[in-house]
Order: sequence, then C-alpha cells, then structure tokens
Amino acid sequence: MEQNQKQIKVTVRNMTKKFGDLLVLNDISFDVKKGEFLCVVGPTGCGKTTFLNCLTNLYQPTSGEILVDNVPVDLRKQNIAYIFQEYSTMPWLTVEENVGYGLKIKQVPKAEAQQAINEVLEVVGLEKYRKFYPSELSASMQQRVVIARAFATKPDLLLMDEPYGQLDIDLRFRLEDELLKLWKANGTTVIFITHNIEEAVYLSEEILVLTNKPTSIKQKINNLLLQPRNVVSPEFAALRNEVTELIKWW
Amino acid sequence: MSKYIDLKNVSKTFVSKRGVHEVVKNVNFTVDENELLVIFGPGQCGKTTLLNLIAGLEPISEGEITVAGKKVEKAGPARGVVYQKTALFPWMTVMGNVSYGPTSCGKKKVDSHEIAQHYIDLVGLSGFEKSFPNQLSGGMAQRVGIARAYANQPAVLLMDEPFGHLDAQTRYLMQEELIRVWEQEKRTIIFVTNNIEEAIYLADRIIVITNCPTTVKGEYQIRLPRPRVYTDPDFLKLRAEISDFVDKSI
Repeated sequence: MEQNQKQIKVTVRNMTKKFGDLLVLNDISFDVKKGEFLCVVGPTGCGKTTFLNCLTNLYQPTSGEILVDNVPVDLRKQNIAYIFQEYSTMPWLTVEENVGYGLKIKQVPKAEAQQAINEVLEVVGLEKYRKFYPSELSASMQQRVVIARAFATKPDLLLMDEPYGQLDIDLRFRLEDELLKLWKANGTTVIFITHNIEEAVYLSEEILVLTNKPTSIKQKINNLLLQPRNVVSPEFAALRNEVTELIKWW
Repeated sequence: MSKYIDLKNVSKTFVSKRGVHEVVKNVNFTVDENELLVIFGPGQCGKTTLLNLIAGLEPISEGEITVAGKKVEKAGPARGVVYQKTALFPWMTVMGNVSYGPTSCGKKKVDSHEIAQHYIDLVGLSGFEKSFPNQLSGGMAQRVGIARAYANQPAVLLMDEPFGHLDAQTRYLMQEELIRVWEQEKRTIIFVTNNIEEAIYLADRIIVITNCPTTVKGEYQIRLPRPRVYTDPDFLKLRAEISDFVDKSI
C-alpha cells in the first residue's frame, strides 16, 4: 500500500494545445499519484475542459506527452471513466442497463456484472429505479446514473468535468460525499475539474490552479485538511479564500 | 415609506384545453422602498410568473398588487425588468440599447444619451458605447441589461435570474457589481434566483417560495454587513439553515 501511494498514475509532460493560431494550453507538466484525488480549478474559459479532453486523447495535444501507467493513454486498453458536465445517459436504456453498459462492453460475466450493478445502485440510492428510463428521472438522478455507470467498471482513473455544476447545494453535498466514499473504497485515481472552489477544497488532496489563457499551471496546492471536512471551519474558509484569490481576475 | 409594493392575496391561473393550471396561489408580501428583496425558490416554481404579475406583463387572476399606492394594471416605465436572457436589441450599439428607454419616453437625443452615458459608466462599460451585443461577453451583456433598466429611471427593478446563465466566477463579480450600483443609486429591487449563495449575498430580505402553485413558505431578514463574504461563518450558517428549510418544506 505504501508503495502504491508513491506510484505515478498519470504523467503529463509539456502538454501544449493550439486551435489554429490560438494557444490554449501552454506547456503543462504535472504528475498524479496513484489513488490521488486531484481537483483542477481555474478562471472561466481558461481551457479546463480542453485540458481534460487532451488528457483522454479526445483531442490530440499539439505537442507533449501524456502517460497513464507509463504508457501513452489509450482509452480502449486502459480502465478510464469520464463523466461529462452534461448528463450523458443513454435514453433508450433503463437505469440498470445504463449502469451496466461499461461492464457489457468489457464483457464481464453476467453474474459478476449484476453484482457490480447492484452495489453501485445501492451507493447512489437508485435501487428502486433500476427499471426506469432516464426521461422518467430528475436531472440529479440522471447524473447519479452516470456516476454509477462510471464506478461500476471500477476504473483506475476517473475523470470528472464539473459533474455537479448544475445541482443545488444539498444534493451537491450528498453526491460529493458519495464520491468520496467510492473513491476510498476503490482506491481510484480521480481528476476532478470544477469552477466551484468550495467543492475543490472539500474533495481534493491536491489542487491544481490554472492561469488564464494561454493556460499554464499557476500553483499546485497540497490540501492537508482532515476528512471529513467542515465547510464552516476557519481552516476550510482560509484555504477557500486562498484559492479564490489565485483565480480572481477582477 | 413602507409597503412600497404590496401584494394582497395574489393568485394566477392559466386556463388551457388541458385544464386549469394554478401557478400562483394566494401570495401576500410587501416590499419597502429601496429594499433589495430576493425571492428564492427551486426551478419551475412560478417565480417568473410572479415577477410578470408585478411588472404588469400578465393579468392577475385574483387579488391585487399596488406599487406606490397605485394598482398595477399594465406594464409601465415605473417598473424595469432585467431578464435572464439579456434581451438586448442586437442591431443597436450599447449606447443605442441603453438610451432606447429614455428616447422612446420622448426625451431629446442629447438628453437620453447623457442619461445613458451615466449608467454605462456606472456599470463599468465606458469605452464600449459603440460595441454591438454580439461583441460582448455574457457578463458585459448583462451589465448593458442592468444599465438599460436603470436608464428608464424606474422606481422598481425586477430582476429575473439575471445571472443564472453566467459561470460561477462571473456571477460573483456581477453580484458585487449589482450591490455597488444599487448602493450608489438605491432602487426598490425584487431579485429572483434559485441560487442560495446569491440570495444571501444580495438580500436585505429573502422570501422563500415553493413549487407550483407558488406560495410563500418563509421569510429571512438578512442582517449581515456588506460587503458580504461567502466564507464568513455567519454566511455559511445562514446558507445551511435556509437550504435545510427549503429541503424540508418541499
């Protein structure tokens, strides 16, 4: 375990992305350790989503190198899950089928898949809705389906792009806690992008603060607050204020 | 002067082929002159309808609304509205948009331009007078919307989730700006939002309303000194208290 803590899961070296003449990502380098929870924050429009898309090779970076487990990232071979900002459920599948989709693609045996589905449905509190279709669910429930689908495959690397951006505050707190539970249970490496500083301080072990375009790394902050964290505590407020100051452009 | 705006037993029903739809039910509240009242409630709870009734854009089914002692019967320049979608005239410059109200109320061009310039300066858009809406960012366009509403010099400003579609950070900035403008030129403002942080940051008083049909569920006088700080323990305590209340009452 001690050894695992020190292993590097993701290596980003000199990642640069240009769209035509527009330089979006400017020479970004960092590492993420295995099992680490990294939050990425930055000013609006600084290219956070482009950053994640390059990381998964959805966009080809213009230059630089991205390694997962020391090999170039390959979504077909590596066990990576990506949760988008929009609720990307498949409307023609039931909750259960949505959640099991990744397992089916990975050809996990049926009994084993069913067990994994049951487990994650319980965690996100959707056991009673397994036969429902996405259109019959509220927005926040749909997002829980997406989260369950990502977790069902027990990914080694989970990428999340502002997954809770549209949710109201109570639900956001609940889902953050669920995410932490799942992260701890599975030892997943998480890269979580958010514009919500409170969320970043609540979840992260490390916070990567990005600059305005062309985006580079402004600072990496080690978040040592003990979990479970209390958003009202003075230490929490101090860190939240510190990060907010770093991204404030006005 | 107290009870500047007075809603007495206000109800609104829409009748369609599919039946009678009761949207606002027996709402009573008053707003003091120059008070910043926030109406807070979840999505689709009839907040916009309520605001339209006060603006005089929709006829009331039952009850009565008075502003400064006069019964609201139709829309008028005394009540300016700022919408979520900025609703600027795309073929007009910033100056054209902001001076539109005073010009159409019969003011001379020179005078209405002078008034418009004052409010363009006040919202921090000096230098952008000749820009067109499509050349502005979301936050800037919303400032034009605020300047345009102010330029009519209405006694009452009705704001319908004006920052709802802005990203979190621009939203913070615009909240600061609105308070700054309002403190320089006080108006009676009714501000509708579904964002609890925004409600507490802005309000003199918050009215909590709940789902269709809209009814008033609770009221909070916000006594925190301005400028308010999102990480202030009293702010966070209030946030928890109100969101807990909303959770329980829906």
